[in-house]
Amino acid sequence: MPLYLFWLFSTIMLIGACAVIAFRNPVSSALAMVTSFVGLAALFIGLSAFFVGVIQILVYSGAIMVLFLFIIMLLDLKDEKKRSESYVPLVAGLVLVGVFFIQLIGVLSHNPDKAAPELNAEILAKAAEISKLKYPEESKISEALTSGSLPDVHLIGHTLFTDYNLPLQILGVLLLVSTVGVVVLSKKQAN
Amino acid sequence: MPTLNDYLLVSGLLFSIGLAGVVLRRNIIIVFMCLELMLSAANLTLVAFSRFNVTENGLPDYSGQMLVFFVITVAAAEVAVGLAIIVALYRARQTIHTDELVSLKG
Repeated sequence: MPLYLFWLFSTIMLIGACAVIAFRNPVSSALAMVTSFVGLAALFIGLSAFFVGVIQILVYSGAIMVLFLFIIMLLDLKDEKKRSESYVPLVAGLVLVGVFFIQLIGVLSHNPDKAAPELNAEILAKAAEISKLKYPEESKISEALTSGSLPDVHLIGHTLFTDYNLPLQILGVLLLVSTVGVVVLSKKQAN
Repeated sequence: MPTLNDYLLVSGLLFSIGLAGVVLRRNIIIVFMCLELMLSAANLTLVAFSRFNVTENGLPDYSGQMLVFFVITVAAAEVAVGLAIIVALYRARQTIHTDELVSLKG
């Protein structure tokens, strides 16, 4: 990804994030969050993580945001009123963020910088050659690699269902538990 | 081409904005959204590490993206349960502002 696109999408993401905490109306905050996540998905795609970028849009900007908006409308929230109270939380929050930011700058200035490794057709073809045992020659992954494109979704699927099979099934149980939990929580109490 | 430190800087900024939102805002739904922002900042770091660390065959290290996949799924489950708790809270107290929920203050 060219540098100017990186900064463009980062700016969209960070402005969206600032707007989430700046707006008084919860619906505006939710929409600002969609903007922020679209910028983030563009950054993912710039890192050639196409699958993660797409599910970021589908899950966050699609499902989770609709859930948020639905709850906001269900509760019928009004704009937050201006509160005349102490500035202790404001100062505490800004100091916390300032300390975190100084630490970030400190760590990054000592961190050896690294440019992104190349992912051109030659390297991909070589990768197909090296990992011939893992991805046999007639497989889709190998075909895509030899033709010079990165088969992102196939590679993720392969990793997910070989190396990470047990965590995937545990995740299925977790989703089932959370579904049951939501149903139990939102059931009307008897008394 | 942006370098690794650029991505780490941007993701650190996103995390600190989310942290500021959690501390500053009183509306519990907005606090929840800011938690999502912080999770996404961690995701950006993971995807950047996955892209910048190639494995021996020259492809990106997909273990990082696996962790992102799991984080997104767990975050979706967490949002569903959390919003159900917020609805239950609103039913019990008719408010979702954290400075009005002071039963435990003693």
